[in-house]
This record gives sequence, C-alpha cells and structure tokens, in this order.
Amino acid sequence: MDLVTLWFWLIALTFTLYFFLEGFDFGVDILRPFLAKNEAEERALVGTIGPFWDGNEVWAIAAAGVMFSTFPVWYGTLFSGLYPVFVIILLSLLMRGVSFEYRNQVDQQRWRSFWDWMSFLGSLVPSFFWGLTMAKLIEGLPINADERVLGGFAEVFTPFSVVGGLATTLLFMLHGANFLLLRLHKDTELYNRARAAALFWGALATVAILAFVFMGYVTEGLFNSFGVVPWLFPVAAALTLGSIWYGLTRRRDVLAFLMSSLTIVFSTVTIFIALYTRQVVLPSTLNPEYSLGLRESASQPYTLVLMTWVGAIFLPLIIGYQVWNYYIFRERVRPDEGGLNKGYD
Amino acid sequence: MGPDVLDLSRFQFASTSIFHFFFVSLTVGLAFLIAVMETIAFVRKDRAHIYGNMTNFFGHLFLINFAVGVVTGIVQEFQFGMNWSQYSKFVGNIFGVPLALEVLMAFFLESTFIALWWFGKDRLRPALRLASIWLVAIGTQISAFWIVLANGWMHHPVGYEVVGDQAFLTSFSQVVFNYKAWLYFLHVQGSAWSVAAFLVLGISAYHLLRKQDVEVFSRSLRIGLVFAVIGSVFSATSGHRAAQVARYDQPMKFAAMEAQWETSTSPAPWSAVAIINEKEQRNTFNVEIPYLGSLLAYNRLTGNYEGLIPLQERYERELGPGNYIPPVTWVYWNFRIMVGIGMLMLLAAFGGAFLWWRRRDRLNDTRWYLRALLFTIPLPWIANFCGWITTEMGRQPFMVYGLLTTVEGVSANSYGEVLVGLIGLWIVYLALIGLDIYLLAVTARAGIHHKPEAQMSAAPAPNYAGEGFQGYERRN
Repeated sequence: MDLVTLWFWLIALTFTLYFFLEGFDFGVDILRPFLAKNEAEERALVGTIGPFWDGNEVWAIAAAGVMFSTFPVWYGTLFSGLYPVFVIILLSLLMRGVSFEYRNQVDQQRWRSFWDWMSFLGSLVPSFFWGLTMAKLIEGLPINADERVLGGFAEVFTPFSVVGGLATTLLFMLHGANFLLLRLHKDTELYNRARAAALFWGALATVAILAFVFMGYVTEGLFNSFGVVPWLFPVAAALTLGSIWYGLTRRRDVLAFLMSSLTIVFSTVTIFIALYTRQVVLPSTLNPEYSLGLRESASQPYTLVLMTWVGAIFLPLIIGYQVWNYYIFRERVRPDEGGLNKGYD
Repeated sequence: MGPDVLDLSRFQFASTSIFHFFFVSLTVGLAFLIAVMETIAFVRKDRAHIYGNMTNFFGHLFLINFAVGVVTGIVQEFQFGMNWSQYSKFVGNIFGVPLALEVLMAFFLESTFIALWWFGKDRLRPALRLASIWLVAIGTQISAFWIVLANGWMHHPVGYEVVGDQAFLTSFSQVVFNYKAWLYFLHVQGSAWSVAAFLVLGISAYHLLRKQDVEVFSRSLRIGLVFAVIGSVFSATSGHRAAQVARYDQPMKFAAMEAQWETSTSPAPWSAVAIINEKEQRNTFNVEIPYLGSLLAYNRLTGNYEGLIPLQERYERELGPGNYIPPVTWVYWNFRIMVGIGMLMLLAAFGGAFLWWRRRDRLNDTRWYLRALLFTIPLPWIANFCGWITTEMGRQPFMVYGLLTTVEGVSANSYGEVLVGLIGLWIVYLALIGLDIYLLAVTARAGIHHKPEAQMSAAPAPNYAGEGFQGYERRN
C-alpha cells in the first residue's frame, strides 16, 4: 500500500472513529428530552457522556486537520463547497459544547432548559448534516474545471442527501440508546425507557438506512464499482444492523452496542470504499472529468512520510489514553440526588 | 462600493481568531498556574487544604472558559477550508502539518485529561490527578506552539519550494526551527501567562480587600505575582525582538508600526504620537523622541530603516505592480496601545514584587495596590487584541509573506452565504463572550464556598471543599 492510499484510509478511520464515538454522545443528547422525566434523570443522562463527549468531538477536528495536511485539495474543495453546511455544523457545535458546562452554573429552571435545548439541537443538527455531508461525498458537488464549487445552499438538499442525514441521525439515536444500556443502572426506570427507545428508534433507523442504501444503489450507482470483497462491507453492515434487534430483545446490552458500533463502522467504510474503488475523493456532478482524483488531491510524498511518522506515534497513544478514560469512568450511572458526582456508585 | 467576499472573509477570520484567542489565552496561562497550585497542594501536605481550595476555585473558572476555547477552536480549524480554500490548496502540504500535529499532540490530550482531572477527583490517585492537570497544561502549551508556528510560517515562510500552483515542503526542521515562529511563540506564551496571572491577581485582590479567605487568596496573590513578572518580562523582551526582526524580514510592517514614510535618518527618532494621512502618504503631526528609534531597532544609538514609500517602489520592481503598503494607521496605533499596556503590566508586576519584598506580610493590607490590581484584569487582553491586529494587518496585502496575497487565497463562495455565516457566528460569539465574562465574574465574586449545598453545581460538579480537599487530605 502506498502512502496516498494509506492516508486515504486513515482519513476514513478518523471519520469512522468520530461517527462511532460522537455518534453515541449525540444520540444520548437527542434522546434526553424523550427519556428524562425530572432533573435528576436529566443529570444522570448528561453524566453518562460527561467525561467523554469532549474527547469524542476532537475526532472531527482530527479528521479535518489530517485531511488538510494530507489531501489539501479535497479539504479545500469540500469545506468551501459545503460552506453553509459547515457553518450550520459549527454553530450547532458551538452552542452544544458550552451547554454542558453552562447548564448548571445558574440555579434556574429556565436557564437549564435553555441549555438542554441547545444541547438537543446541537446534537440533532450536526448528526443530520454530517450524514448529509457523507451522502454528498458519494453524490458529488458541482465542481468546475478550476476545482471550484458552483451552486447554492438549496442544491445541497437532494432526496439522497436528506435520506442520508435522516439515516445517520436515527442510527446515532439507536447507538446512543444502546450506549445508555451500558451506562445506566439496570434497576432504574430510566434504563427501561432507554431500552424501549432503542427498539423504537432502531426500527426507524433500519428503515431509513435501507432506504438510503436502496437509493444509493439505484440513483447513485453506489455499488457499481464494488468488487466481491468490498461488497462484504455493506452486507456486514446489514447483518450487524439486524442483530441489534436480537441483542435488544434478548437483553444482551453489550452485543447490541457492539453491533450498532459495527453498523456505523461498516457503513462509513462502505462510503469510503465507493470513493476508493473509483479513485475519486469528490465527484463532480457537472462533468466526471472535473472530479477530484484520489492521487491528484493528495499532498506530496515528503509531507505524507512526515505525517505517517506522526500518525504512527500519536494515533495509538491517543486511542490508548482515551480507552483508559472510558475504563476510569466505567461505573454505571444512577439518577440519585446530588447530581453527577454522587450519581456513580 | 460595499464589502465583498474577500472583506467578509477577512472579517470572519479576524473575528474568529480574536474571539478564540480571547478564551484560549486564559486557558493556556491558567492551566499552568493551576498545575503549579496543585503541585504545591501535593507536596505541602500540611497546607493541602489551602492549596486544594485554591485549585478547585480557579479550576472552576478554568472550566467555564475552557469549553468556549475548545468550541471556537473548531471554527478556527475549519475556516481555512471554508473561507480560504485557495490558500489551503496552495499551502496544505506545509501549513496543514502543524495544524494536524496540534490536534494529534494537544487537543486530544487536553480534552481527555481535563475530564479525568475534574470528574476523576474521587477516583484517581492524587499522583495521577496531578499528572492529569500537568498533561492538560502541557497540552495547552503544545497547542499554542503548533498554531503559532503555523502562523509564524505565514509571516516568514521557510523550508518550501513552489511547484506549479502548490507550495511543497522541503525541510520540516526549517519550519520547526523558524526563528520568527519561536519569537511569536514566546511572545504569545508570555502574554497568555500574563492574562492568567492578572486575572488571578485581580480576583485575589478582590477577596483580600473584603478579608475573605485570606489564607487562600494571599497565597494565590503571590503565585499570581510570580507569573505576572515572568509573563510580562517574557512578552516584553520577545515582543521587542519580534519587532526588531520585522525590520529585515517584514520591513513594510516595521515601517508601518513607526508610520515612517521616507527612509529614516541615522540616528533615527521614535514617533510617540502621530496623525497619519495615508492618502497623501505623510504624517500631518508627529511627536518624535530623538535616538529612541535606533535604540529600539538596533539596541544602539545609530542606524536607520527604510520607509514605506521606497519600500513600495522596491516591491513593485521585484513583485510587480500593486499596493504593498498595509493599513498604516491601524498598525501604528495598535502597536502603541499594545506597548503602552505592556509597560503598565510590567509596572504592576514589578510594583507588586517590590511591595512583597519590602513589606512581607503586609502586602495583603496594601489597599491601594490591591485596588489597582482590580483594574489590571483586562489589560493583557487588550494588549493581546492590539498585538494581533498589529501583526496581522502589518502582513497585508500578503497572506503568506511575499508569496501569496490575501486576494489569491480566498474561496469562491457567494456573498450571501458568507454574510449569513458571518452574522450567525457573530451572534453566537457575542453571546458566548458575554456569558463567559458573566459566569467568570459571578463565580469569581462568589469566592470559595464553605457549605457545599450553597454552591451551584456545574455539569462537572465543582465539589469544593467544605470538608476539605479530599484526595490529598486522606493521605495525611
């Protein structure tokens, strides 16, 4: 494998890790208004993701930073081409990021519910638009011969990209509910509600994902370039998605969470396979010849060698201490009086 | 003619960077101060109670501010691709590397270990907690290093060659050991320490004036003083040097800082106050101090430097037609405000150190000094703001000095989408900066709570010690 290929897949890895990790903390936040009935439960739900969400979010910045250094043309064209989408994602993440910190700083119900709304919207909106962005990666943007993207905000919304956004949001909700089953005390009311939510939103997610795959197959020729081996990934995604239901009904929480994680992993990888098999990082809807080629968009070898050393040293280290973080905060949360610190036992 | 996409993009970049730096400078400095406080708590077990309270109190302030620093950092990272895609494509090979390094080496470290430090109070051993806050502090410095290194490269590009329409990296070590970037880094570091130190000083003074928790705040006052002296000396000396090197690597910026239109005489005077007419390219009014110009530029009493008009002619000969003169008035005045405030900071820091030395335990009762400290809190922030305006405006019209103009770097976005995005960002930024100041002020004034139930609890519950600072005391 040459370095361009390696870094293409490392970018795929950072996006995959981002969707897998932030997927569940987005999901928990989107589900909070549906699940929490009182302040104690509200805090318990925040507590399940409290020590993790910030580290999860950094994977998005990592994806952008790594893309900038190893595929500058891809980065520049995608981020400027989807300008309004990224503005919306940024504004949402801005409000969400401070909501956790600020919600309990002032002891007023209105203040708290304002920040609860911000973290709800701050999770719902980026979930949808990250999904939309992934759909756009497949579908392409109106890129002209100068690598510039034409067209306005309205054109961002196509049936395929909207379904992609919906599928991602619902999948994150399912994933978040599964995460809650690992993080909440089993003898609580909240835990049972989380299971019910997983089954309900999971069913909707399955429908949306199948619709997305079907549309991708019919209108975008999503799997046309796939060989036999790449086909295993969408098939695996379908299998893992199906087995979440099995895990949930048999009350095997770890299995359910593992399977929703794998569904996210296989789905994201499928999208990147679609790009890789065509050797294109961003298709042009105007003329296939204007599409950004994999090789043409990459940095020069010296930069890639340098980044490979950096990646080889730091990626395992980061994954290592993040895993340790999850291990330290492994206890289940219970909605007790006294908020977060006493929520653990 | 109204503003165009370029103006809006420049305004967007400037506002994001300035808002981001408003929060981040405090984060970078305060992380270090808190790590020192916690280290003392760890080592001096007999005083763990005092320093533990101090750590938790300032830690709470740190967290309020940290969240906003992180989120505005995402905008900072994304805006290159969004607003400056032509720039990103041109320099991504080089500029992207320090940015990626910043994320991989620093952002993950900070965001993971801040959670371990704050939430993990009751589940990490004290040594691991201490290590966590040090990792956060080191992370913030690494982060500052790489972003300032990237910025320094834009001011003084090294280790590259241009092939076709892209700049390629030829030597990463040249980029890392770029003297300009190191000067900027020391300067930014010194100013970040000053921001945090003067905040700690001001808050400590506030409580000392009211005789609240004197045993805690008299000590935080002294820690603040040490950092204020180090920070203000660092930023003044590195800033002085950074201005000197601009004379030969960014002569336009240097001439603009001095509003020097014609080449100066030798020995050169230093302009203290000037009224600048940029259209006619002259100063209508100028108060000059003899010899000081040469002294500042060369550390000796002779030597001249080139003026804006001859430089413009030289640039036109070398780089082709165009206007290479930056906005002189902005650069001149922001530079002077920054330097003036820097002097005030030095005065406040050394004045405090002198009082400490002469009066020992009576520093806490020197009310006039404590009152003065309340007013020093915003000073480093204003100096920072003016400093960034000076250095970034002084770089115009170049984005990468001598290599790529700002016009060439901008994305081909539509006017409407950039305008709407800018308005959205401004609304959120203003809200965040207002909330940040409000919450910092409320938390700072509330002081240390001695009854746990009387305190508001944050999402990371600030569990300040009524019963003491748990981790360390348990070991006694």
